Amino acid sequence: MLAEFLQFLFSGITVGSTYALAALGFTLIYNSSHVINFAQGEFIMLGGMLAVYFTQTGLGLPLSILLAIALPAVVGLVLEKVAIEPVKGAEPVTLIIITIGASLVLRGLIQIWLGKGTFSLPAFSGEQPIEVLGATLMPQSLWVMGVTAVVVCALWYFFARTLYGKAMLATSYNRVAAEMVGINTDGVLFLSFAMSAALGALGGILLTPITLTSYDAGIMLGLKGFVGAVLGGLGNGLGAVVGGLLVGVLEAMGAGYISSSYKDAIPFVLILLILFFRPNGLFGGKTTDRV
Amino acid sequence: MSKHAFRGLYVIAAVLLVLPFVLPNSFYVDLVIRMAINAIIVLGLNLLFGFAGQISLGHAGFLGIGAYASAALPTFLGWHPLLAMAAGAAAAGALAALVARPIFRLKGQYLAMATLGLGIIINIVVRNEAAWTGGPDGMPVPAMAFGSFEISGDKHWYWIVAFLLCVSIWASINLIDSPFGRALRALHGSEVASKVVGVQVVRYKVVIFVLSAVFASIMGSITALYVGFVTPTIADFFHSIELVTMVVIGGMGSIYGSVLGAVLLTALPQALATFEGWETVVFGAILMLCMIFLPRGLVPTLAARLGKGA
Repeated sequence: MLAEFLQFLFSGITVGSTYALAALGFTLIYNSSHVINFAQGEFIMLGGMLAVYFTQTGLGLPLSILLAIALPAVVGLVLEKVAIEPVKGAEPVTLIIITIGASLVLRGLIQIWLGKGTFSLPAFSGEQPIEVLGATLMPQSLWVMGVTAVVVCALWYFFARTLYGKAMLATSYNRVAAEMVGINTDGVLFLSFAMSAALGALGGILLTPITLTSYDAGIMLGLKGFVGAVLGGLGNGLGAVVGGLLVGVLEAMGAGYISSSYKDAIPFVLILLILFFRPNGLFGGKTTDRV
Repeated sequence: MSKHAFRGLYVIAAVLLVLPFVLPNSFYVDLVIRMAINAIIVLGLNLLFGFAGQISLGHAGFLGIGAYASAALPTFLGWHPLLAMAAGAAAAGALAALVARPIFRLKGQYLAMATLGLGIIINIVVRNEAAWTGGPDGMPVPAMAFGSFEISGDKHWYWIVAFLLCVSIWASINLIDSPFGRALRALHGSEVASKVVGVQVVRYKVVIFVLSAVFASIMGSITALYVGFVTPTIADFFHSIELVTMVVIGGMGSIYGSVLGAVLLTALPQALATFEGWETVVFGAILMLCMIFLPRGLVPTLAARLGKGA
């Protein structure tokens, strides 16, 4: 009974960590530009697929991981430079469609380059399961949770203690005011795309030894990360982390206790419920608009 | 909107009248039928996007409801296809109303998120409830028949769809020019201002969303009846995105833009077939380029250029 519950909880937190990283990515970009980046899921896929590719070419795991984070970050920068910056101030729909177009391009290119197969990475530190109160925990799950925790702490430090982080926060509160005190808001936008791409890619790399990856793995992962971000109140960093984890856990519980064939539907039922009953997310405050 | 708003309709009607006699083979007839079906769906969707300023990322879900109503109800319950089509439309409309009421009280792009969720849920249900839907493999659709007369083949469907397209364009033009349409356009301009002058903002948005869902469901039924087979891809996320793209490329809020967008994007996969494997990349690139260089869409941008030149 408890063992079963713990088992679902472990797998939920593991996959939820990836959703949390993706949700953070959505949040970063949303805060700096109000763009909902539908290409976020492709960064998750890119991370996993590139890590597989680099390890297969014979590079060691650490170097492969580094490259598989850096390259998507560069892709994020390019995307911002060529497709988002030129249409700054356009309608949200226009921006959404640009990011959807970008996600198709990325997915298509990877499919042509690496094929339609499913790929896996070796677990970072062995496959010897750890027994916890009757449930088993894979070492890779510890990696996923641990790295996510470290990244979240690092981000907190970045936003609370460093000048760049504070500049990004200021831009998200009030762009014009931020510009007036001399913050380079275009630079903030640029940086947020690189950071969110790197976050997504990292999540994808960590999860690949557990769930495998393929050229189209990003769609669902990205959408669920998005649900996590909305759940936590779009634009709220801490909310995104909690929201992402919650999506993962509820999904795992639903798959275990209710129906595994409806596993993928659970996050989307969740998004409808949250929009009906708490549209500002679990942690969002009441907002008012100035006319 | 003035008298010449109807000029385009006359041209389209004339083209539709002549086409069957000049098209070389049934491949092209099929292509035109699919263009017209998409054009009708996109017209409904464009009323929502262009005039209520809200986007739906799950409209394929409503198509799916109509298509599967037309497949399952006659097969398992023996309903007449026309009744099944009406039931699908009613279900889609009711679902849209249920979702829209709470969503439209909120400001911002929440409808996009809600419809995204709704569309994906519908697709998952269709894939999983194999006893009723045939699961991922899909199921055949019984033909529409009245007595001994059966509607089948591209000859019959061509004229039905062509007629429906003309009626839809005519109705859309009239709708936009009606008090209802003016209220909608006011909404897109400024919600607060329209509230002040007494437009019931929430109600109008709900009505237009429900209308577009019903449009989509009926066209889903017609697609299913015409093809004679239905699979879950009709309700998947990518199909929703294709429909959104047709609206945006043609031009939000432009009636003839909807038709042009549907025609171009239905033809595109045929044109891209020569790219072998690069279809997704080229499709995505076209989306991005259109939005970067023609953010208002083809028809409004061209109209503005021509207007300036004159």
